[in-house]
Amino acid sequence: MSGSEVVIVGGGVTGLSAGWWLARSGVKVTVLDKFIVGWEASGRNGGGASHYASPLFDEEQRLWPQMDELLGYPTEHRKGRILIAMTERQWEQYRFIAERHKRLDHPVELLDVKQIQEAVPLAGDNSFGGIHYKFGGHANPQRSVQAYAWALQDLGGKIIQHSPVTGFETAGGKVTAVKTANATYGCDSVVVAAGPQIPQLMAQLGVDVPLAAARAEMIITEPAPMMPLGGVDGHKIYGRQTLRGNLAYGGGPHEWLDVDATGPAARPSTPLARNLAKRLAEMLPKAAHLNVIRSWAGVIENSPDGRPIIDRLTSPDNVVVASMSSVGFGLSPASGHAIRDLVIDGKCSFADIDLLKLSRFDGLEKDWREKRGWMPIS
Amino acid sequence: MELNFTGTDICAVNGTRSAPEARYDVVVVGAGPSGIAAAVEHATAGKSVLLVDENPVSGALMGNDTPLYFGGRMTAATQNSERMLEAIFMSMPDLEKAMDAGAELLLGTTAWGVYRNGPGVASLPDQVVGLADAERSWMVGFGTIVLATGARDLAMAFPGWNQPGVMGAAALQMLLTRYDAFAGRRVLVLGSHDLALETALVAHARGIEVAGLIEVRDAPQGSADLVAQVKAAGISISCGQTIASAKGGIDGVESATLTSGETIACDTICAAIGLVPSIELVDAMHGPRALNPTRGGYIPAGEASVIAVGDCAGLTDSGFDHIGYRMDWMRALTAVTTNDTIICQCEEVTRADLIGIQPPNYLPRPAAMCARSLETLLKDGPANPDQIKRLTRSGMGVCQGRRCRDQVAMLLALETGTPYGTIPLASHRAPVRPLPLKILAEWDEPAEMEAAWDVWFGIPTQWVPVEDIGTPYQDEHREMLYTGMYK
Ligand SMILES: Cc1cc2nc3c(=O)[nH]c(=O)nc-3n(C[C@H](O)[C@H](O)[C@H](O)COP(=O)(O)OP(=O)(O)OC[C@H]3O[C@@H](n4cnc5c(N)ncnc54)[C@H](O)[C@@H]3O)c2cc1C
Repeated sequence: MSGSEVVIVGGGVTGLSAGWWLARSGVKVTVLDKFIVGWEASGRNGGGASHYASPLFDEEQRLWPQMDELLGYPTEHRKGRILIAMTERQWEQYRFIAERHKRLDHPVELLDVKQIQEAVPLAGDNSFGGIHYKFGGHANPQRSVQAYAWALQDLGGKIIQHSPVTGFETAGGKVTAVKTANATYGCDSVVVAAGPQIPQLMAQLGVDVPLAAARAEMIITEPAPMMPLGGVDGHKIYGRQTLRGNLAYGGGPHEWLDVDATGPAARPSTPLARNLAKRLAEMLPKAAHLNVIRSWAGVIENSPDGRPIIDRLTSPDNVVVASMSSVGFGLSPASGHAIRDLVIDGKCSFADIDLLKLSRFDGLEKDWREKRGWMPIS
Repeated sequence: MELNFTGTDICAVNGTRSAPEARYDVVVVGAGPSGIAAAVEHATAGKSVLLVDENPVSGALMGNDTPLYFGGRMTAATQNSERMLEAIFMSMPDLEKAMDAGAELLLGTTAWGVYRNGPGVASLPDQVVGLADAERSWMVGFGTIVLATGARDLAMAFPGWNQPGVMGAAALQMLLTRYDAFAGRRVLVLGSHDLALETALVAHARGIEVAGLIEVRDAPQGSADLVAQVKAAGISISCGQTIASAKGGIDGVESATLTSGETIACDTICAAIGLVPSIELVDAMHGPRALNPTRGGYIPAGEASVIAVGDCAGLTDSGFDHIGYRMDWMRALTAVTTNDTIICQCEEVTRADLIGIQPPNYLPRPAAMCARSLETLLKDGPANPDQIKRLTRSGMGVCQGRRCRDQVAMLLALETGTPYGTIPLASHRAPVRPLPLKILAEWDEPAEMEAAWDVWFGIPTQWVPVEDIGTPYQDEHREMLYTGMYK
């Protein structure tokens, strides 16, 4: 495979990590993005990296602590998370989660209010308890995305921004080139990692990829004094204290959207910022005086079961499709590795990822979105 | 796992938002002369009108140079909100006209976001503006919103600018004329266009000593009449030079040194080089805007239900090219700033780190990182201030980029050799004023919001550990974490 040409459609974390892994294997990589790397969900997310539900979990956990060194650029990765229960019901749920982790041999510890306050001084004495994941963690999405991009370039890969892919050329059951408005890129293989635009792109190859797009929001405060542990979730919100000290948090209801082939027309945030602020002030009462200085939104796609689709097609047989189904930032070191394996070897070398095959949706009812209520508000 | 879908996603935002607390035909943001005039006009025409103004702003906000560039030169009186409320009300006799015409007036009330349905959002119950005072925040529906938010100070870096006593002209005029709370005594003014001349005259009239005006071009730039008035007041205008540095002590500025070598004693350096229309709300709502060099920069392009008036709609067009003028200043100041001159005060981003696209100093800078720069970034495409902001953190701080957004745009134009305006403006985001969590919070949110709230999408299969799939644990997981979903 060394010396062959792979074109990657989409410069989010998934496409960039895949490109970096491929470049490490000596493959010539070109990443095409419609705008700037990481401009969509990959630069707008919570930075959480604790995806214990995924077959890629072990690889995610193995790689994150090494990523700064492997990439050569800072990602701001930090290990560990704490989950704080603010209601009786949440405490019951979180203890259930802790039990499950114990059963699966993921290191967790139950915390009482005092222990929570030691690790998270912004917490009050109003919580019911918490759990400490001694795995998982968080990183800075914007820095990480750029780190992948730069590392890929350092290995000779190319990134071409401001170049929306408009279609493909095929011959003999293979994609032979990827087209943009201004250029055609010949290729031996293609990776389609275009987030919410995957269905439109894949439809051009006659492949149906069931995905629905939605908008999700976050808020961020001014910096607070650094806490011993920055990966603090709970009270049904997720987020992190950045290494600068800011509290960045998301969660709560999403809005389903239709996104056309050109991508989200806008990514508006809404007054949901107020509901996020309420929960963050409840969970971290000693931060309640901190100023919120921004809010934002990102658009992400979900598959019908909420799990990623990472698969190499049978026809055309040189295409790998990768949608992370709204849980893709943290998994990116591992998703890129899996995509590299599929492109080069046709098979993932480190995990059984059959669960992520597109064929699991064969025979899916046409009205799957309506059935789930995943429809835009009309 | 058997999932019985109901056709409804109970974790979607649909129907969960609160209705606005009140609705007005017209909401006017900003009670300066143009805002008051708009309020009077609409109220007289029989419309229901709400007129809000953020002044008096809290001492804490002023300390963060919000909304204007106060430079720490306000007196302790600004900590007394009752007294400030009175000062504001007394300084604006026309406020009574608006009230007499039937407009409802809220002072000390900031408009921090405007929201409406459009691309990417269809879940809002109405077009709404977010308001907040010292106690709480709330949403108000409107038919038309009139933005009379004025213009804010353009700050520019020079060695020593990051200390108390360096401030903006709009802030100085505000402290002098509306708050009666300026703490300086001797002011050096940068610039000589009308803004600088007027500011010098206002200060002089209030008994503040004006140490002079400094002009980068070879001659005074403002109207002959104002120049004559300034000269008549005995205030000098030194042309063809700029400030080289400011020195100071623990209370801030004590003197300024010019490029000529002359040192001038002063406790305040007032940047009166330009004002920028306050378009934060328009920008944060993705409203259209256009660059207009003779009207002070980016101005709202105008829409049926979002109307800008006064300075927010653009400075009075006298034919003067504000952008060209600012760029002349920028060029001159770029020659006196050094690598370690701070450009973004909140995040302490130096000029070298901004242009080097380097991360903040609490992060490591391995060799590969050090090899990156604006120059390498430009090989990937045109400069984008939001991308540069993500990487360097300039503009990411608590002043929300008020002190550096515009100068970064100018610096990037110079560094990349492109005309100002070809590089997009870094975005503004709601809340467009820093708002404490406890104020922004919707404490009395509807029960529907809590019912729909999940940490993520609420898709039961999304977080079932792969080991548990097909085991009884899978249903247990769903029962415990997703009760009621998709049944
Ligand atoms: C608010 C929010 C919070 C989140 N929190 C977390 C979290 O804490 N942890 C976590 O793991 N995940 C989180 N996520 C999800 C995560 O951000 C995404 O799953 C992940 O970023 C997906 O990356 P991607 O590269 O697959 O897709 P994207 O980031 O969507 O990238 C796709 C890229 O493809 C490009 N593209 C699209 N169409 C074309 C075309 N035709 N031609 C060329 N380029 C094209 C786009 O410009 C884009 O850059 C969150 C998401 C959001 C919105």
